Amino acid sequence: MKKLLAAALLILATLPAAAADLTGAGATFPYPLYAQWADSYKKLTGVGLNYQSIGSGGGIAQIKAQTVDFGASDAPLTKAELDAAGLVQFPMIVGGVVPVVNLEGIAPGALKLSAALLADIYLGSVKKWNDPAVAALNPGLALPARDITVVHRADGSGTTWIFTNYLDKVSPAWHGKVGCGKEVAWPAGVGGKGNEGVAAYVQRIKGAVGYVEYAYALQNKLTHILLENRAGKFVAPTQASFQAAAAGADWSAAPGLYLVLTDQPGDASWPITGASFVLIHREQRDAARAKSLLDFFAWCFAEGDAAASTLDYVPLPDDVVALVEGVWKTGVKSGGAAVWK
Amino acid sequence: MTTSRHATAAEPERRRPRPWGDPLFRGLAAAAAGLFLLLTAAVFLELVRGSELSLAKFGPSFLWREAWNPVTGDFGALSSIAGTLISTLIAMALAVPLSLVIALFLVELAPPAVAKPVGAAIELLAAVPSIIYGMWGLFVFAPFMADHVQPFLSARLGFLPLFQGPPMGIGMLTAGIILALMILPFITSVMRDVLKMVPPVVKEAGYGMGSTVWEVARKVTVRYGARGMAGACLLGLGRAVGETMAVTFVIGNNHRLGASLFDAGNTIASALANEFAEAADPLYLSALVELGLVLFLITFAIQGLTHVWIRRLERSAGRGF
Repeated sequence: MKKLLAAALLILATLPAAAADLTGAGATFPYPLYAQWADSYKKLTGVGLNYQSIGSGGGIAQIKAQTVDFGASDAPLTKAELDAAGLVQFPMIVGGVVPVVNLEGIAPGALKLSAALLADIYLGSVKKWNDPAVAALNPGLALPARDITVVHRADGSGTTWIFTNYLDKVSPAWHGKVGCGKEVAWPAGVGGKGNEGVAAYVQRIKGAVGYVEYAYALQNKLTHILLENRAGKFVAPTQASFQAAAAGADWSAAPGLYLVLTDQPGDASWPITGASFVLIHREQRDAARAKSLLDFFAWCFAEGDAAASTLDYVPLPDDVVALVEGVWKTGVKSGGAAVWK
Repeated sequence: MTTSRHATAAEPERRRPRPWGDPLFRGLAAAAAGLFLLLTAAVFLELVRGSELSLAKFGPSFLWREAWNPVTGDFGALSSIAGTLISTLIAMALAVPLSLVIALFLVELAPPAVAKPVGAAIELLAAVPSIIYGMWGLFVFAPFMADHVQPFLSARLGFLPLFQGPPMGIGMLTAGIILALMILPFITSVMRDVLKMVPPVVKEAGYGMGSTVWEVARKVTVRYGARGMAGACLLGLGRAVGETMAVTFVIGNNHRLGASLFDAGNTIASALANEFAEAADPLYLSALVELGLVLFLITFAIQGLTHVWIRRLERSAGRGF
């Protein structure tokens, strides 16, 4: 009797699930694009996506608790973390973090900063815009004698993780004093809530420097800078330079696709590039549902580039997509059989 | 208690009260009231339970250490506690006198043709969601502070450390002023209702003795309504201490304690709003919950102190309510 009841309940529980939309939760950064993709995909196939942009931390917690079909995070999990939770991770899109300034008389792309100098500014050790270190990199530029106001994110965020990961890599002083995290003990400056908060502070405060997602820099017409990359070249933040960073990275040598795209080699690479990741369970309970989820992602890779570019995101390079689909084939199983062929 | 409760022979048809009616009502009402106590206790216990890790690691020093480093896992609440108290203090210092004056004007001086629309406007302001104050604060008020108020204060009072530093427009002072604007309608509308309830005969007695409007307001109306007005202040205080969104937008959000009111800072509520969603590390989460516990205790302490203060006020006034 009990068994019968349990079986009936199981059927009841799985019935609506089979017909229901796909569910996901996590990072806020890719949310506008995921929503756009889901909308187009639903019109095409009738399969919808319910994505909750609750933040990367929440996304990781939700996928571990198996309350959603996939989680999304701006910071990748390490191979060990993935194995412990039985998860597979793959990058979905690429984005860039862009330092922006508010300085009178300085046009977008006119100010050049090196990695070490950006770190020193955020450490609070370079305090004025006409500091000799800034002037040395920008010989022709009339730099004002203004105080530098550092603006950072006040809320824990994947954007901060990518930015501090970069500073941590390029500056021993930053590595020693601050480190890398979604929220760190900022040595200087003020914190704005969200990308929009940082953008607003930078626009309001004269002499401010902040960092925002590329799309926010574009949409708010903020003054971006040129940043020196690992190859010693000063590059501008563009879709092409983000893609160069993603293409230059060696994904096949990264276990669990744990690859951070900051400070990548290549003449054209933007140094503060990051990928937004998707997390799914290695062992899927429902093969059909898992297949439909991966079909959706495959469609996004194949047909979603235009939507991504329109919204100022950067699609993954084709060879990385091939690599991701390879991971699906070998890494995602249901009852021992591969879900995606 | 001079009238008899029971029917006399004159009303024989009166329904007999059911014997269980009163006890049942009393029980239900007590249970509803008890639920509050239970909820408060449950919140407190849950906060203590959630902050166990942090309590064990940092002990009482959590309260007076300024460190806040999620990377190394070193946490102290000093800047958040100080920020909460300072921003609330600024808000109360601005809002309470202003509310009192507005309420007195509406009740004592203004003709109904003025008092009615102003009263309605105040109630409307009280219903504006706090995020609106936050956005307005960031996009409209902060630039105004940066361009006019802060340079003015720096020029006149710049010899005080309180008013030094670059005029960024955001920071502790801006947050305090926004808070004051937010709690002003609350305090004013409650004070107005309290003052309205002062019996006219008491005031007329004052006027009859030749007192001026000011004297009656100060010595009669305000004295009479002291308890209610203290309640009004407490309501505003409660909102100011726990206000989250509006403060988060304009306070500048860093975990440092500056000497100047122009410096950025944070409050307990703003730190929670900013950091809770992405705090994955158990110790970090625990430290945030302990911040919540501290806020709970601060609110509790303020309530307690206010009650003591009101009782003393009443004793000195020579009568209760």
